[in-house]
Amino acid sequence: MTRLVLGPFNRVEGDLEVSLDLEAGRVQAAYVNSPLFRGFEQIMVGRAPLDALAIVPRICGICSVAQSAAAAEALAGAMGIRPTPNGQLARQLIQATENLADHLTHFYLFFMPDFARPAYVDRSWHGAVARRFTAVKGEAAAEVLPARAGFLKLMGFLAGRWPHTLAIQPGGSTRAITAGERIRLLALLREFRSFLEKRLFGDTLAAVSQLDSKAALLAWAAGRPADLPLFIEAARDLGLDKLGRAGDRFLSFGAYGLFPAGIWQAGQVKGLDPSAIVEDSASAWLLAGPPLHPAMGETIVAADKPDAYTWCKAPRYAGQSLEVGALARQMLAGHPLLRDLVQQDGASVMARVVARLLELAIVVPAMESWVQALQPGEPFCAQGALPDEGSGVGLVEAARGSLGHWLSIRRGRIERYQIIAPTTWNFSPRDAGGQPGPLEQALLGLPAGEGAPPTVQHVVRSFDPCMVCTVH
Amino acid sequence: MKVLWLQSGGCGGCTQSLLCSEPRSLFDELADAGIEFLWHPALSLESGGEALHILEECAAGRLAFDVLCVEGAMLRGPNGTGKFHLMAGSGRPLTEWVERLAGHARWVFAIGSCTAYGGFSANTPGNPLEACGLQYDEQTPGGLLGRDFVAAGGLPVVNIAGCPTHPGWVVETLEKLALEGLSATDLDEFGRPLFYAGELVHHGCARNEYYEFKASAEKPSDLGCLMENLGCKGTQAHADCNLRPWNGSGSCLRGGFACIACTEPGFESPGHAFQETPKVAGIPIGLPTDMPKAWFVALAALSKSATPKRVRDNAVVDHPLIRPAIRKKGGGK
Repeated sequence: MTRLVLGPFNRVEGDLEVSLDLEAGRVQAAYVNSPLFRGFEQIMVGRAPLDALAIVPRICGICSVAQSAAAAEALAGAMGIRPTPNGQLARQLIQATENLADHLTHFYLFFMPDFARPAYVDRSWHGAVARRFTAVKGEAAAEVLPARAGFLKLMGFLAGRWPHTLAIQPGGSTRAITAGERIRLLALLREFRSFLEKRLFGDTLAAVSQLDSKAALLAWAAGRPADLPLFIEAARDLGLDKLGRAGDRFLSFGAYGLFPAGIWQAGQVKGLDPSAIVEDSASAWLLAGPPLHPAMGETIVAADKPDAYTWCKAPRYAGQSLEVGALARQMLAGHPLLRDLVQQDGASVMARVVARLLELAIVVPAMESWVQALQPGEPFCAQGALPDEGSGVGLVEAARGSLGHWLSIRRGRIERYQIIAPTTWNFSPRDAGGQPGPLEQALLGLPAGEGAPPTVQHVVRSFDPCMVCTVH
Repeated sequence: MKVLWLQSGGCGGCTQSLLCSEPRSLFDELADAGIEFLWHPALSLESGGEALHILEECAAGRLAFDVLCVEGAMLRGPNGTGKFHLMAGSGRPLTEWVERLAGHARWVFAIGSCTAYGGFSANTPGNPLEACGLQYDEQTPGGLLGRDFVAAGGLPVVNIAGCPTHPGWVVETLEKLALEGLSATDLDEFGRPLFYAGELVHHGCARNEYYEFKASAEKPSDLGCLMENLGCKGTQAHADCNLRPWNGSGSCLRGGFACIACTEPGFESPGHAFQETPKVAGIPIGLPTDMPKAWFVALAALSKSATPKRVRDNAVVDHPLIRPAIRKKGGGK
């Protein structure tokens, strides 16, 4: 048995180290280390509750709006208010803009460059992939950055700026959209739709969202001159439609009123019970104790703890590790294409990537309908008052999956603030019972070490990890 | 010009913001200005050993590079070990890598307020992370590299502060450097480029008419000036956010929320709730920069007494109720 330490694992958000125990060139055990500690839960304690809205976006530069939305929801719970209809639509638009921009960034800048590696120079698709996806210099990068920046102009209208906005408030949004701006939002969405249809899919969004099986996907992709079909060709050739399976248990908190909350396990959908969530610190450099529900959670540094190997806690649902992300959302939503991919081969690199891009095809038209539903002149923000004592929970979906904030207020100040981020689920370490996290499972049996293909790179990045959130 | 980029105690948001650079693709714009990333953690192909090799060659002085850009606070804890961030794959504190690389860089840029001054990472009570900026600990010179640090190019750390930074601030500073170099006269007292830190956020604020008449917002989403009640520091914060729009047409003020002065050292601990203006005897404590208090009080009283009904009424709602009057040509010309 030899130990291989991979890091810095780049083109993820933040810093990541993966240790692999190898036997005959195959992974026997994997240990995922989030090597940075941030300490945001402690920063919040003792602050005015609404300060959370200014602080939590700074946890993460790539999902800052998701953090804002979770905090706003937790505060709204404590205040006993709900967003106005316009405020709700504005918040959905802001969250969807970030989530979809992140999917695009992940595919084009973080994930695809690995297929341009010299290790694949003899594959039939390598020339085309290298031309489009070589890191920084590929022709796709030059196209996607203006498309992404153009799409994020939605934030200029809806949220002032991105990242790090204070526009999302417990009662909705600080930024009322005018009748004229509503028209300009639609124009921006049309521009983005055009990029997706021409470059990413080579087909209409409607046609892509209706693909309903693996066979239909493969038939659709064959010979189609666009970026997703090119990925499908490479993924099939490398067997990535069958690699990267974790536990095939999925969690979603539900998003936009389009995708439901719940748990998917062994072919069954079950309702979400947030009280079944605990965090276990057995393998983290944090004070050990019994696993705690996040409403009672603690984060106390124990930097010299023996046998710990990460700053990440291990969230568990009814004792089990769960996978979160776009694939989980679509499994819960019952999308036939993703259900078929998972039922045939389990959660794979290809299924995770397809789920993300499918969300672009499904959510952009929904965003167009939300913009149309905005009622200029009606209020964008409900008002309310904070109690001196109270608590709240914010459960939202970031691009990378389920994000929860648990907050309690005492004497008008934040008494406790606990966060479970998506990658905390996906990249969790072993718990006290030795159960590994989803990525640690997904890496088992893969080729690695001297002369091995970069399969591990694809599997790790297929989760679209956000390490800075993980170690909030 | 070769740029080496590292990330540590931060959120990565300055890179995400940088990728919004407009109008051209960031990569094309920088390449055509003669600027390339030797390695960037979010963008480069090289991973693991390949990346460590590049960093080690640079840190040992064998591979030349021009600019070291660091994004995120320096975490010196616990107990000075730097263990709160050991760079993956290397087992060494990120702070040690930064110290070694800074010794060989011609220029060192702190990207964002965390890197410049410590930011939110340095804000936990008692600062258990032992977080600091590259050359500042909030307002106090020092930080990781020390107050006397001067890079080979002749400047101390260039602090492109902001939380996050505007893409234009970073691109413009890099391109000025590539074109004709940077000198001390390009920077303000906190090491910030004057391109953007020579302005106040207040300059160009779309809420200016409300400010003039002290017609103030009272609650989130109101159209009025955010200074009197809702915590806005735009009249004191050094940045050009309302002259150089964000994401096409935005800014914090245009988004309807307060400027929290995120380009200033120590912005993360204002001593009051972010979205509330602290006052003494009804007068905001933080008055506009360069404005004597007596004048402000006198002008505010005068302005309030002269506020048109349109401005007064529109200030406390989220969409204008009264349009500016149209002056029709009278018959008596």
